[in-house]
Amino acid sequence: MRAFSYEKVTDPAQAAARAAEVEGAKFLAGGTNLLDLMKLEIERPAHVIDVNGLGLDEITETEEGGLRIGALVTNTALSADARIRRNYAVLTRAIAAGASGQLRNKATTGGNLLQRTRCPYFYDTAQPCNKRAPGSGCAALSEGAFSRQLGVIGTSDACIATHPSDMAVGMRVLDAVVETVTPEGMTRSIPLEEFHLLPGDTPERENALMPGELITAVTLPAPVGGEQKYHKVRDRASYAFALVSVALIRQPDGTERVALGGVAPKPWRSAAADAELSNGAAAVMAELLGGARPTEENAFKITLAERTLAAMLAEE
Amino acid sequence: MKFDKAAGENTLFDNAEFVGRPTHRIDGPLKVTGTAPYAYERHDVVEGQLYGYPLGSAISHGLIVSMDAEAARNAPGVRAVVTTLEIDPLEKGMNNVARLFGGAEVQHYHQAIAVVVADSFEQARAAASLIEVEYEKGDPADYDLGAAFERLQGSGEMDTDTGDVEAAFSSAAALLDEMYHTPSQSHMAMEPHASIVDWSDGDQMTVWTSNQMINWNHGSLATTFGLDEDKIRVESPYIGGGFGGKLWLRADAVLAALGSRAAGAPVKLALPRPFIMNNTTHRSETVQRIRLAAGEDGKLTGIWHEAASHALPDGRGEDATAQTPFFYASDSIRAKHHIVTMSLPESADMRAPGEAAGLMALEVAMDEMAEKLGMDPVEFRKVNDTQVNPSNPEQEFSDRNFVECLDRGAEAFRWTDRNTAPGATRDGQWLVGHGVAGAYRGALVLPSGSRALLEGGKLVIETDMTDIGTGSYTILAQTAAETMGLTLDDVEMRMGNSAYPVSSGSGGQFGAASSSAGVYAACMALRERIAEQLGVEEAEFRDGRVIAGDTDRALSELEGQIDAVDSIEWGDFQSEYQMATFGAHFVEVGVHAGTGETRVRRMLAVCDSGRILNPITARSQVIGGMTMAVGAALSEDMALDSGRGMFANHDLAGYEVAVHADIPEQEVIFIDTLDPVASPLKAKGVGELGVCGVAAAVANAVYNATGVRVREYPVTLDKLIGGLPAIG
Ligand SMILES: Cc1cc2nc3c(=O)[nH]c(=O)nc-3n(C[C@H](O)[C@H](O)[C@H](O)COP(=O)(O)OP(=O)(O)OC[C@H]3O[C@@H](n4cnc5c(N)ncnc54)[C@H](O)[C@@H]3O)c2cc1C
Ligand code: SF4
Repeated sequence: MRAFSYEKVTDPAQAAARAAEVEGAKFLAGGTNLLDLMKLEIERPAHVIDVNGLGLDEITETEEGGLRIGALVTNTALSADARIRRNYAVLTRAIAAGASGQLRNKATTGGNLLQRTRCPYFYDTAQPCNKRAPGSGCAALSEGAFSRQLGVIGTSDACIATHPSDMAVGMRVLDAVVETVTPEGMTRSIPLEEFHLLPGDTPERENALMPGELITAVTLPAPVGGEQKYHKVRDRASYAFALVSVALIRQPDGTERVALGGVAPKPWRSAAADAELSNGAAAVMAELLGGARPTEENAFKITLAERTLAAMLAEE
Repeated sequence: MKFDKAAGENTLFDNAEFVGRPTHRIDGPLKVTGTAPYAYERHDVVEGQLYGYPLGSAISHGLIVSMDAEAARNAPGVRAVVTTLEIDPLEKGMNNVARLFGGAEVQHYHQAIAVVVADSFEQARAAASLIEVEYEKGDPADYDLGAAFERLQGSGEMDTDTGDVEAAFSSAAALLDEMYHTPSQSHMAMEPHASIVDWSDGDQMTVWTSNQMINWNHGSLATTFGLDEDKIRVESPYIGGGFGGKLWLRADAVLAALGSRAAGAPVKLALPRPFIMNNTTHRSETVQRIRLAAGEDGKLTGIWHEAASHALPDGRGEDATAQTPFFYASDSIRAKHHIVTMSLPESADMRAPGEAAGLMALEVAMDEMAEKLGMDPVEFRKVNDTQVNPSNPEQEFSDRNFVECLDRGAEAFRWTDRNTAPGATRDGQWLVGHGVAGAYRGALVLPSGSRALLEGGKLVIETDMTDIGTGSYTILAQTAAETMGLTLDDVEMRMGNSAYPVSSGSGGQFGAASSSAGVYAACMALRERIAEQLGVEEAEFRDGRVIAGDTDRALSELEGQIDAVDSIEWGDFQSEYQMATFGAHFVEVGVHAGTGETRVRRMLAVCDSGRILNPITARSQVIGGMTMAVGAALSEDMALDSGRGMFANHDLAGYEVAVHADIPEQEVIFIDTLDPVASPLKAKGVGELGVCGVAAAVANAVYNATGVRVREYPVTLDKLIGGLPAIG
């Protein structure tokens, strides 16, 4: 860990302004990802802005009948909220499938969206990694490398990492919107669909935030009802990132939505795939994963995603 | 004390008050209150402790051309930096095949190449990352163990070759010939390798460490640093898991020592978690070919087991054929272990070295063969039981109750209720299956000494024996109390210190049998001293008293200190027997019909390992082994990067040991056996038996659930989904 300066802020706009002002600044929320990465020198902020004093820890109702989740609401509080459990069950299920109880007590809504990949080479600073050290190459794509966990779609020749969040997959299927405040004090709304970026040639750029921009909340539209499920597939029963996860909402009228985790640099969903749901899992996956470019080690994820969805559809 | 003939009727232990009784750990309160002193937390043992942090090699093999540690030396708080180029290659300690430090040559990824010492841990770690290293990479290397096996099979002299294997295979009613694969596995103890070393004056060295074998460690430190053994003291009273990973001297102690000498102050150092994968030792990957031949009656006529594993030059690898010459009766047996040299981190012992990996394959092969023969797999194993060593029929087993394990287990598990048709049992979306496997693990014993000291009715036992979480403190206190006619409260155990008599240490499941006999020996010597002092013969020791003829004295009334040192030595007569432990494992799994996720639902182990000294700590050993084996069966895999020659997963998120949610109801049955050849207490070890065979029982259950036979561990869903039924 490199030495850094630290400050605590009390106002969101001030936080964003300070972050833009001080070179190399980073926000600190629950710290469950940032602090680990700092210890390993993968993140080396010169200045840390602690946002835990900002409030932003409430879940309130919106005028549109939806919910506004403050950026600092913990994963535990969010998944346990009665309104979320009742009307957005897929989100509760997704969050509860992630990490461990202790981590979820610390992890926040904003921090969870911005957690970084779990690619093993990203974590080993002795190895090339375009995401960690732009231009150094991608160790995961070299001959003989270990890529079982990594992405199969939306990836690029520069990076095949996945976004590891479960919460984000649940939010994506619910059409969540990220709210921010910019260093200039302006607010923005970014649909979650547009929030995470595909790697292209710049895998180090992972989201649509501008320098200094602070997430203040995530809003959920009015409840969509239906049957809401989340199936996270992994080698052990708990405390593991998804090999594949599937978020599914099925309506009595037959319309459905599906989003995937564990396969791409962002929660993976498309309108065209949603429209195929009445034709079965294979049709959905043909749309969703049609352009997949897996490695030899992770090609199974394509079959797995289809079978997982099929099993969810077949469930009573 | 020399154990030179089988134990006869033994009034002390056969009618024991403490030995064999369920007894909670006497060190339990220290552990649950966080006050048991583990190596890294021994803040009070010496003042002025500094923090060390290691730097590991970024290449798998080659040379270090230059190192620039200037920035690190000038970093805040840094007291010393020692780089490998400044130190002549250190001598290797016992059973180390890779150098732990010194010189320009790199033999494996994350081999230690520098240590930074600073006032704080954070400063040391930050400074370590400032060291610039220039490497000259070695030539690209081959890491394909399967290909190496293809080249080597059939070559060299067989390790075991009895009977006419060729004939057996040319005329058998049923034949099996399959390849099996087990991946490299990491011990991944909760407590990483950690040491505090005070070698401030470069002369006397004190080491507070986490190590299973005090005496070996002590000797290895002397060799490594060219010191007289009497200048070194090693303490390791509590160990947060070893599993064989802490048998030998490792880099934590060496780096802390070098750092301490350089900084002139005591230094503490723990290996960071990623170092556990590539800096410490691991169980080698194995590739195994197993051929079985059997007659229509189900009797094996031929067993041919060849296996390969990787090692650095002079390494021992993982001999997956270890059990094969001994486990099942067969007219002919051929076994061979090929060691393939690879520039990977050092492979060495891990819990049940040999058998753990070997039985993962052999017990699947047995399941497959039973199916070919149309026999129940329990029955098939029973038919092939033997009371003599099959590769040396002159030699009997000292005590072998494998059939009883199978029978008791089958009954308790309700084995006959299972559906024998693969893929035919459903519970909602889950396919349910049952599997069985046999377990075999040798029962080694080593000389073991201790000192018994009586004063004011209180007994102190000193021995360098370690407790790696196994319960040694407790069973040794039970043994001492029993022998002296005292209560557990009268006994104080002092262990894990090189100042005490040399014991067996903990490893190879030899610890409990050896060290309890060593404590018994010292207590018997103490009894003699007491009798001498009182001038009596044939004294009895019970209820805190010594009784002989007219003499009846409370031990608490004896004057002064009385002490005795003795050690158990093992007589040659033991080699007339084959000594081993046996077990049967039964497992029920559910496999998700859609995703192929496997979840274990029920586990039962039946163990035959002589007298169980303490059913609570023994059970804890066995369920720990079963838990470790669930990881081995379903998820543990050191992911080899064959381009880089290293293991790419680096922490407990990437190397997936079983978590609580993976472990269902576990039941353990100890069959009530005594092995008079094994030790004066008629006891054998059990700590490694618990890990043997279990993974195969899981794999066999997965086959029964799905009809998909996986011969490559871990049995992950990607290997199953292709064979699962269509959904709908
Ligand atoms: C062992 C382990 C297992 C895990 N398993 C899972 C799992 O199975 N599934 C899963 O989904 N997750 C898992 N996680 C990840 C965990 O969910 C994240 O670490 C957590 O959600 C991050 O939230 P945080 O508040 O601690 O973020 P921090 O670590 O505080 O911050 C993370 C990043 O977000 C930025 N940030 C934080 N808040 C804001 C804001 N308001 N505006 C702008 N930027 C901000 C920080 O600057 C930093 O870059 C696991 C983590 C660990 C350590
Ligand atoms: S996949 Fe991405 S994160 Fe992983 S090594 Fe390549 S560039 Fe880095």
